[in-house]
Amino acid sequence: MSTKKNWPLWEVFIRSKNGLSHKHVGSLHAADAEMAIENARDVYTRRNEGVSIWVVESGHITASSPNQSESLFDPADDKVYRHPTFYDVPDDIKHM
Amino acid sequence: MTTKEATFEYLLRLGDNALILGHRLSEWCGHGPVLEQDIAMTNIALDQVGQARSLLQYAAQIEGEGRTEDQLAYTRDVMQFRNLLLVEQPNENFAHTIVRQFFFDAFNFPLYQGLARSKDEHLKAIAEKSLKEITYHLRYSSEWVIRLGDGTPESHKKMQDAVDELIIYTGELTTADEVDLMMAEAGIAPALEQVHTAFDERLNAVLQEATLNRPKPSYMQSGGKDGRMHTEYLGYILAELQFVQRAYPNMEW
Repeated sequence: MSTKKNWPLWEVFIRSKNGLSHKHVGSLHAADAEMAIENARDVYTRRNEGVSIWVVESGHITASSPNQSESLFDPADDKVYRHPTFYDVPDDIKHM
Repeated sequence: MTTKEATFEYLLRLGDNALILGHRLSEWCGHGPVLEQDIAMTNIALDQVGQARSLLQYAAQIEGEGRTEDQLAYTRDVMQFRNLLLVEQPNENFAHTIVRQFFFDAFNFPLYQGLARSKDEHLKAIAEKSLKEITYHLRYSSEWVIRLGDGTPESHKKMQDAVDELIIYTGELTTADEVDLMMAEAGIAPALEQVHTAFDERLNAVLQEATLNRPKPSYMQSGGKDGRMHTEYLGYILAELQFVQRAYPNMEW
């Protein structure tokens, strides 16, 4: 494998069934977006995993920083009223 | 030659093309330039070996001598193989492998489009299934020809060298002989002129986009599909492909 100049890294998202959302499955290297789709098809959908593929160059993803996790996520801990658990669901409604 | 004999010959051609090219690609397994391409080429190899299996199985059935697809694949000698000279050419480097694949796919895709309308129901079913795979193979090889041809000066040169070297094996693809004519007449296979037109257009379009020249060789090699001659490479392929069955006849696992 040439180490002189590596292809950019791409994150791969696969939709496993129509109606479900795309889910991150992994990453791979490819020279451009079109090739990233082809590589994703070969690497991640060999066993019938998908009906749709998204690829995003990893550098274009902005991620939250682990040091910010307290300020970002902890405030939600004690706000149970944000969960819709205080309603009585009528018996006729099956899929809640 | 009866139609049955011609059909058997024709199925051997289709099956041997898939078998030998599939074997060639499988040689990349574990040696690909990058992990993603290693997997991609192995996938294509598996598609082709799968196609070979269906085709040789059907060939054995048409022949009616009680042979199986395994016997056809593992016990025929070089001169009984009917694959195109193109597909037995060595991998050399990634450029050679990709150009060989592209030349073959550019021919195989319109051929299978025609076979998917065959009057032979069994062959039609095999072709319909295979066409989905071949559509992807063509897309894969075309994209690589374009990227490497129109890539760096080094990749361009390697691709042009491969095109110049392999072009002499393309004449045989679309030149009809007695078997091809009989199959077209019986409605079993498409007329090779149609395939030729599609092949030419594809080559011109992709090579142009890849900034590669299409050389016009003064002669073309032939002899693979009619079994007149093979290049020296086929013997080595069979030595590896058939070793186990030759050394331990009828062994199963």
